Amino acid sequence: MFARTIVSGLRRQALRPATTKAASFPATASPFRPQPFLSAFQARLLSDETRSAIDKAVASAPVVLFMKGTPETPACGFSRAAIQILGLQGVDPNAFAAFNVLEDAELRAGIKEYSDWPTIPQLYVDKEFVGGCDILVSMHQSGDLAKLFEEKKVVVLEGEGEGEKPSQ
Amino acid sequence: MLRRYALGFSAVGRQFSNMSSTTPLEDAIRAKLTSTEQITAAFNPQTLEIYNDSHLHAHHKAMQGSTSKETHFRLVITSDAFASKMQPARHRMVYALLRDEMALEGGIHALQLRTLTPEEEERQRKKKEEEAAKAAAEADPAPAE
Repeated sequence: MFARTIVSGLRRQALRPATTKAASFPATASPFRPQPFLSAFQARLLSDETRSAIDKAVASAPVVLFMKGTPETPACGFSRAAIQILGLQGVDPNAFAAFNVLEDAELRAGIKEYSDWPTIPQLYVDKEFVGGCDILVSMHQSGDLAKLFEEKKVVVLEGEGEGEKPSQ
Repeated sequence: MLRRYALGFSAVGRQFSNMSSTTPLEDAIRAKLTSTEQITAAFNPQTLEIYNDSHLHAHHKAMQGSTSKETHFRLVITSDAFASKMQPARHRMVYALLRDEMALEGGIHALQLRTLTPEEEERQRKKKEEEAAKAAAEADPAPAE
């Protein structure tokens, strides 16, 4: 059902600027940022380029999931759970985009700071951060997620499914 | 050889034995969440359950090369500190508290959170009881005498 969900073109469009100008994220510490005492987490400073690339990614669809792996082949159980929930909720594939953080180290580090959220997956709806896997699960169970998706009109309405065949 | 997996309940009485602890991360989580001297927030949790699920994930690709027995944790926290806060804000409070442990190379890889206020916990407990009672009544209807 999510065969068309990864808008790879969009991903490229949104994130290529950051990856091609990777010089802003030097592997070695720049002379202006000598941070031998800081932890890896603190040393990650979100560059403007990465931030605007993530801005674009977040805005690329009404429902955006940052995950490990792809919707077809999630690389992590929590990302898989998130995808399954979106599937159960009947999120319209045309309103959905997924970004694989494993494909892009900058995205992987950047999204954590961008969202002020240290774990993957992360769901955005209408550019607003909704939560991680645990929050999706509890919102799914409580019905809050269905309400949210309905309000945002991102679910496939029953009877409008393209692949549906009349029952025989 | 028996391998001991750290569960929330098994850690009782172990909080003072940090020196030789085999579960330093679990100890750190417990210490931070129960501390009353936190700069960020004193959770003063009514309920704190710490589950170490690392063994369930040890074969995952992301865990290749990791020797740590403390990579995946699941916490259930009930605290008044969560009152009038949405779930993301509650999770952020916990993440902020455990920032160092999560940033640590080879530290906490995954942290599942269930964050409730005492009222929510009570409500859920009641709901569960009602459902259980209902299920029991359906499965075993009172004999008509």
